[in-house]
Amino acid sequence: MSRVVDVLVVGAGPAGLAAAARLAAAGAGRVEVLERERAAGGVPRHCGHPGFGADHRGRPLDGPGYARRALRAALRSGAAVRTGVSATGWAGPLSLDVTAPTGLERIRAKAVVLATGARERPRSARLVPGTRPAGVLTTGELQQTVGLSGSGGEAVRGRLGRRAVVVGGEPVARHAVRTLRAAGVETAAVVTELPCAAHGFGAVPVLTRTAVVELLGRGRLTGVAVRGRDGVTSVLRCDTVVFTGDWIPDHELARARGLALAPGTRGPVTDGAYRTAEPGVFAVGNLLRGVEPAQVAAAEGRAVADAVLDLLAGRPRPTAGVPVLTAGPLRWVTPGLLGPTAVPLLVRPDRRLVRPLLTVTQDGSPLRRERLRGDPVPWRSVRLGPEWTSGVDPAGGPVVVGAEEYAS
Amino acid sequence: MSVTRTGPLPSGPEAEYDVVVVGAGVVGCAIARALARHPLRVALVEAASDVGDGTSKANTAILHTGFDAAPGTLEARLVREGHRLLGAFAGEAGIPVEPLGALLVAWDEQQRAALPRLAEKAERNGHRTTRLLSADELRLREPHLGPGALAALAVPGESVICPWTTTLAYATQAVRSGVDLHLDCRVEKVRTGDPWHRLVTRRGVLRTRHLVNACGLHADAFDALLDRRDFTVTPRRGQLLVFDKFARDLVRHILLPVPGPLGKGVLVSPTVYGNVMLGPTAEDLDDKTATGTTAEGLAGLREQGGRIVPALLDEEVTAVYAGLRAATGQEDYRCAAHPALRYVTVGGIRSTGLSASLALAEHVLGLLADCGLELGPERPLAPVRMPNLGEAFPRPYRDAELIAREPEFGMIVCHCERVTRGEIRAAYASDIPPAGPDGLRRRTRARGGRCQGHFCGAEIRALSEEYGQGAR
Ligand SMILES: Cc1cc2nc3c(=O)[nH]c(=O)nc-3n(C[C@H](O)[C@H](O)[C@H](O)COP(=O)(O)OP(=O)(O)OC[C@H]3O[C@@H](n4cnc5c(N)ncnc54)[C@H](O)[C@@H]3O)c2cc1C
Ligand SMILES: Cc1cc2nc3c(=O)[nH]c(=O)nc-3n(C[C@H](O)[C@H](O)[C@H](O)COP(=O)(O)OP(=O)(O)OC[C@H]3O[C@@H](n4cnc5c(N)ncnc54)[C@H](O)[C@@H]3O)c2cc1C
Repeated sequence: MSRVVDVLVVGAGPAGLAAAARLAAAGAGRVEVLERERAAGGVPRHCGHPGFGADHRGRPLDGPGYARRALRAALRSGAAVRTGVSATGWAGPLSLDVTAPTGLERIRAKAVVLATGARERPRSARLVPGTRPAGVLTTGELQQTVGLSGSGGEAVRGRLGRRAVVVGGEPVARHAVRTLRAAGVETAAVVTELPCAAHGFGAVPVLTRTAVVELLGRGRLTGVAVRGRDGVTSVLRCDTVVFTGDWIPDHELARARGLALAPGTRGPVTDGAYRTAEPGVFAVGNLLRGVEPAQVAAAEGRAVADAVLDLLAGRPRPTAGVPVLTAGPLRWVTPGLLGPTAVPLLVRPDRRLVRPLLTVTQDGSPLRRERLRGDPVPWRSVRLGPEWTSGVDPAGGPVVVGAEEYAS
Repeated sequence: MSVTRTGPLPSGPEAEYDVVVVGAGVVGCAIARALARHPLRVALVEAASDVGDGTSKANTAILHTGFDAAPGTLEARLVREGHRLLGAFAGEAGIPVEPLGALLVAWDEQQRAALPRLAEKAERNGHRTTRLLSADELRLREPHLGPGALAALAVPGESVICPWTTTLAYATQAVRSGVDLHLDCRVEKVRTGDPWHRLVTRRGVLRTRHLVNACGLHADAFDALLDRRDFTVTPRRGQLLVFDKFARDLVRHILLPVPGPLGKGVLVSPTVYGNVMLGPTAEDLDDKTATGTTAEGLAGLREQGGRIVPALLDEEVTAVYAGLRAATGQEDYRCAAHPALRYVTVGGIRSTGLSASLALAEHVLGLLADCGLELGPERPLAPVRMPNLGEAFPRPYRDAELIAREPEFGMIVCHCERVTRGEIRAAYASDIPPAGPDGLRRRTRARGGRCQGHFCGAEIRALSEEYGQGAR
């Protein structure tokens, strides 16, 4: 079956739902969101903790509450949100093949917004050697396992074990420890290769500058071998190990369309208005660079509406803009292209930087130097305001963002 | 016909067999299937909780032609015949096979000089279609090869295949044709006798007139139960890396190394699931359970793979694993009939057992006849059609008619591998249902993709519990 819609949004997480809500409200025509899970809402559905802002009465929202609100907003403005529907590939430039229990479809749209999120690299992608026992998971699987089996009780312990090691020092590792604790699983240690970890692990020992070098056990995990900062290898006994963080965008549809990936983020390159290189195809949310707070993803969803509406109204597409790259101790920067509109940059450090000086240059000439007040950490992005972008030469070479550490 | 996993084994006349095959790897399953064509009471007995849970699940999944076998050996003949037989059976049974052909790529002068000799050897093995390719021709066929490839020998007929479906298809056809399959049933002792040998397991005792040892790595230990000590099996580990499906476009053929004085080198090959595989290492060990991977092993593979197809290293790794070849210090299989014991040993099936399996089974029938087994007349086997796991053939999630009939085949559960709820249910309703998540993966690909369960692990486990309960 073939159908035509005005805007097709792939992924009903915070980014996709926010895009759909604003587009439908702005009269973009038929706005349809496809979600492959059985419920809409994306990752927050599995985050049973506050930290997702507040509702209109100022009460703190947890993930599921946030997800419900985002869905309601999209539906109320007239968007169609379809769950249990997977976009499996492209049939043409703006045409997607879809599988659902109701059958196969080919949906053509005037604009396609990709909002497919990100995933954590599993053990294999991290090349952790050893055996292949049960009890090896990511935070995503952990949260959903607890979600499906409920906290505590034999059911969840049978699935999760009794004693876990959590790999990674970012805030998501803290969520893993909390989820484990709520399920009645003790965390023996948090292990991170970073020189310092996020706060809030409580009494759980945090081993920094420590790497997991081998998984042990047949059938069920019996322990992980770790190499510490002193180079000595030891074994931590556990029956569960959770690999956290180390995000990679879920960029399958973007790549299948031939969109170039930014080397630092592994997400599709866009300009500041979230246009990809393919006319009519946009990308927002964690798909661009891994995890940011839900509000950031949702703000990108709202912001993409401007460019989508421009396209629907037949306004000309602006010229592509100049590439933005990183140098020095920075992992990535978004957007990957700077056009005529002034937009802020998101920059992610590789490690904790001490009062760094952020520099922006083009063809060797400085565009901006900004001393940061705090010490940025690798699990949080730094926002660089757009004031300087008027200085960018649209016909020049790449804009390079660098960081110099404070030398007293 | 029956499949058992728990509880006491049948007793009385129910537990009396004409032939018991011990070991349900690809070789034992093929033998059981061949026996099922005859009016015999046959059992297939396996220590693990599933068929194909040993070396047969962890190999490079190539259906070899046998072009490079040592001419005149049993292995050379059986691989050549097995290639033909399995190619035909795969078509009937729905086992995914892609006849991509192999290229033996020469990276230095010594390797280039070896190519004509390899072509000659192939000819002596009955393969007359190999062809030498210049560097330019090679580059046209494989544009992503690294710099420095000098020439290649093209070997048509080398194919990639699904090793999991192959083993399961043999076992399923055997079971449907009347073979009893006893899983979780290690044979711990053999009391030889006439007319019955007694096989002692923790679940009870089986009696059989004839006995086949298809114990793979443990063939020497099983021989010892009958006081035979003809060879020792040394496990030779092969570690492998499986790259993301995005790597599939980088490789068009099976890229084989040119064997040389410095060892065999590693191969880069597409898989029928649409990934690219790199490996294997070759490490002689003592421990027959050492199927773990090592940091050095994986780093070495990446270094070698990066020279063959540099762009491979930019892609994510989906899986890492290792298998153990059953090496015996002899460059051939170790198949022997022991007529006095009414016993056949099928040992030393090192690195070609998948390819040779159907021909090996025919060979073993001959050895059993040498031991006095009367096979009797032949009858057709019950037909099998396996669920397709291959990317080159239609998958359920794209099958409009199937989804219209059964909407569960339109519900994708494992998003990376596009496995539907319908396929998971069908796996649990099949003749030989999975015993756990690994068995489910080998039957459906569920949880075997790039996310390794990040998105789907919890739901797949819940479905397994739900459907698995029903299967019991
Ligand atoms: C453990 C954890 C804790 C967190 N805690 C907080 C917090 O306290 N506060 C906060 O603000 N943020 C938090 N976040 C971050 C927040 O959840 C994410 O940033 C946000 O969900 C990103 O939204 P998104 O729409 O980009 O992606 P997602 O939420 O991942 O949504 C993407 C959606 O696309 C769907 N999809 C993908 N491919 C397809 C396809 N081919 N067809 C159909 N559908 C598809 C997916 O099923 C998914 O529902 C947390 C994240 C994690 C992992
Ligand atoms: C890295 C690697 C790559 C390879 N690549 C290829 C390839 O590309 N193509 C190819 O054709 N071949 C390949 N092979 C070889 C192929 O995998 C093997 O030859 C084949 O799997 C051997 O099958 P099997 O049935 O003899 O052994 P196995 O699969 O090991 O089966 C033996 C079974 O016997 C059972 N068993 C043992 N003792 C007992 C007992 N006492 N009681 C009950 N059960 C018992 C075991 O549990 C096991 O399941 C490769 C092998 C490796 C390791």
